[in-house]
Amino acid sequence: MAEDKGLLTIGEVANGKLAPIAAELLGIGRKLADARGDKLDMLLLGANLAEAAKQAIAYGADRVYVAENPALAEYNPDSYAAAATKVAKQLSPSILLMGQTDMGRDLAPRLAAKLGGAVSMDCTELAIEPDTKLLLATRPVFGGNANGVMRVKARPQMATIRAKSMAALEPNASRQGEVIKVDAGVDASAVKVKVTKKVKQEALGIKLEDAEFVVTGGRGMGGAEAFKSLEELARVLGGAVGATRAACDDGWVASTIQVGQTGKIVSPKLYIAVGVSGAMQHIAGCSGSKNIVAINKDPEANIFKVAHFGVVGDYKEALPAFIQKCKELLAT
Amino acid sequence: MNIVVCAKQVPNPEIPMGKFKIDAQALKVIPPEGIAPVISPFDEQAIEVALRIKEKNPGSKITALTVGAGSAGDILKHALSMGADEGIFLSDPAFEGSDAFGTAYILSKAIQKLGNVDLILCGRQAADWDVGQVGTLLAEDLGIPLITIARKVEVLNGKLSVERALIDGYEVLEAPMPSLVTVSNEVGLPRLPTGMGIIMAARKKVAVWKAQDMGIDVAKVGKNAARSEMVKLYIPVREAKCEMFQADTVAEATVKMAVRLREAKVI
Ligand SMILES: Cc1cc2nc3c(=O)[nH]c(=O)nc-3n(C[C@H](O)[C@H](O)[C@H](O)COP(=O)(O)OP(=O)(O)OC[C@H]3O[C@@H](n4cnc5c(N)ncnc54)[C@H](O)[C@@H]3O)c2cc1C
Ligand SMILES: Nc1ncnc2c1ncn2[C@@H]1O[C@H](COP(=O)(O)O)[C@@H](O)[C@H]1O
Repeated sequence: MAEDKGLLTIGEVANGKLAPIAAELLGIGRKLADARGDKLDMLLLGANLAEAAKQAIAYGADRVYVAENPALAEYNPDSYAAAATKVAKQLSPSILLMGQTDMGRDLAPRLAAKLGGAVSMDCTELAIEPDTKLLLATRPVFGGNANGVMRVKARPQMATIRAKSMAALEPNASRQGEVIKVDAGVDASAVKVKVTKKVKQEALGIKLEDAEFVVTGGRGMGGAEAFKSLEELARVLGGAVGATRAACDDGWVASTIQVGQTGKIVSPKLYIAVGVSGAMQHIAGCSGSKNIVAINKDPEANIFKVAHFGVVGDYKEALPAFIQKCKELLAT
Repeated sequence: MNIVVCAKQVPNPEIPMGKFKIDAQALKVIPPEGIAPVISPFDEQAIEVALRIKEKNPGSKITALTVGAGSAGDILKHALSMGADEGIFLSDPAFEGSDAFGTAYILSKAIQKLGNVDLILCGRQAADWDVGQVGTLLAEDLGIPLITIARKVEVLNGKLSVERALIDGYEVLEAPMPSLVTVSNEVGLPRLPTGMGIIMAARKKVAVWKAQDMGIDVAKVGKNAARSEMVKLYIPVREAKCEMFQADTVAEATVKMAVRLREAKVI
């Protein structure tokens, strides 16, 4: 068999800094590379990557391949796929990992097709099989009702990882590593799709993904107006408001605050779910929370199967008293 | 315009946790008893998108395709009752056990046989194994442009204008036709079949295409061609230890809970 070596991660950069998901990739990548006796490589695509490349080394990379090109300043599916394919073909890694992000969701299957590999998406655990040194990728299936462990037979063996499911290493600024510039000139004829506009819809205040306290409302809230009391509770606790897909689909709140399998992944110290039934696809986004509180009028609701603290009752009775008590307690 | 929608039948994804059963030995999910399978929700939304485009582009034709066995073709009747014009069931014993690459290849051969397709719509992911790849691989097989995770799809001056949902907003992309778009739930709720739709659908015949009808190389489909294999399937253990708070009123119960959270230094 040809040389079956090399573990490449594709990182992401936000505002010139290494994105948290990239540090998480390096955390798991380090373990896997050590288990296989590989170097840990990271590819960064974009513009102004010097700072992020340094950070990648501090977080565990041995080599950082930097593809700087103005055409890659913003994610375009075609130019990124072309550039990443070019570099990956040169490096010919046995394993290729990315994050399950806006970019990873879109790019990973394209790369799998272009490179002849196969990818397991949205993995929550990765390991190296001791005998074969193959990648074993654990991924939630059926909305999180079960987990499947996948072994990719093709090369590269690819996986995307779910945010916050794998830990980053403590950064160490004295770690040594190489930064290697690579040519990722993109042939304009490969770019068929044009991005004409990008619209940010971030909520003000604490970012949902970073919040220590998340107060989430579901369809049980009954309407947009009722979310005001959730906002108040979030303010009292110093946290952010989330929502189930049902609440987003009904148009009560922006879809950018959806928590779950196809929304945001949060892992706060406290997650308060109000009028949320606890469908697995929702729990997928908050099961990493240290504590879960549920307020739901249905004692049989699934949410009580995953919550740590619960009250059965109508939120209209429960919330005002709860908010008032929290205010009192936090004032002392 | 000729629009193709690829759709898949899945076990109802919204069943209560306790009803979900697997056969860990066989690496299979046991269909929940008494709960009928459904069209994968994102695929139903893809049909909705196709219907909206057809409304703005009269004379368009919507063809629904599904790869599967047994009753999996039933969802085509659902597509027809919503307003699709034609349904084709791609079914052959050779297809069983195909992975995303195999399924995409089968769909690509069906689409090539149809010919002259302007737009292909898929769901962003099927609500069974949540693979999230068939649409992408199909576009790669056909060599056409692809936009994933759409929250809005429009045809403007012969071009596609698509809003792609992002975690903190969205972006607008433009693509020539033919292209493939994968659809996300933000496009909005799918319409319900009308009584008339159901009657019309019952009258329509669904064609069945086998491997040889599409010139499929059977070495490229089925379990043996799969590029990945599942080695284990399990239901994660969840310790259910919810501390419940009770009192004469709901308000008092939540006050007790707040005090407990403070004691436990959670707040
Ligand atoms: C492929 C796929 C992906 C999905 N991804 C996501 C995702 O990322 N995030 C997500 O959230 N969902 C997702 N879903 C949807 C998910 O399956 C559920 O439909 C959704 O989470 C339900 O939202 P809900 O709990 O708000 O609504 P419901 O299930 O309708 O529950 C409402 C709850 O409110 C309670 N209630 C009603 N009135 C009151 C009251 N006055 N006081 C207190 N309680 C009350 C009810 O008892 C009930 O339990 C996905 C589904 C699929 C198929
Ligand atoms: N068996 C199938 N028949 C038709 N379309 C499919 C099939 N499997 C997947 N698809 C399409 O591809 C999308 C993504 O599926 P998946 O990659 O399996 O998550 C689905 O939403 C469908 O549009």
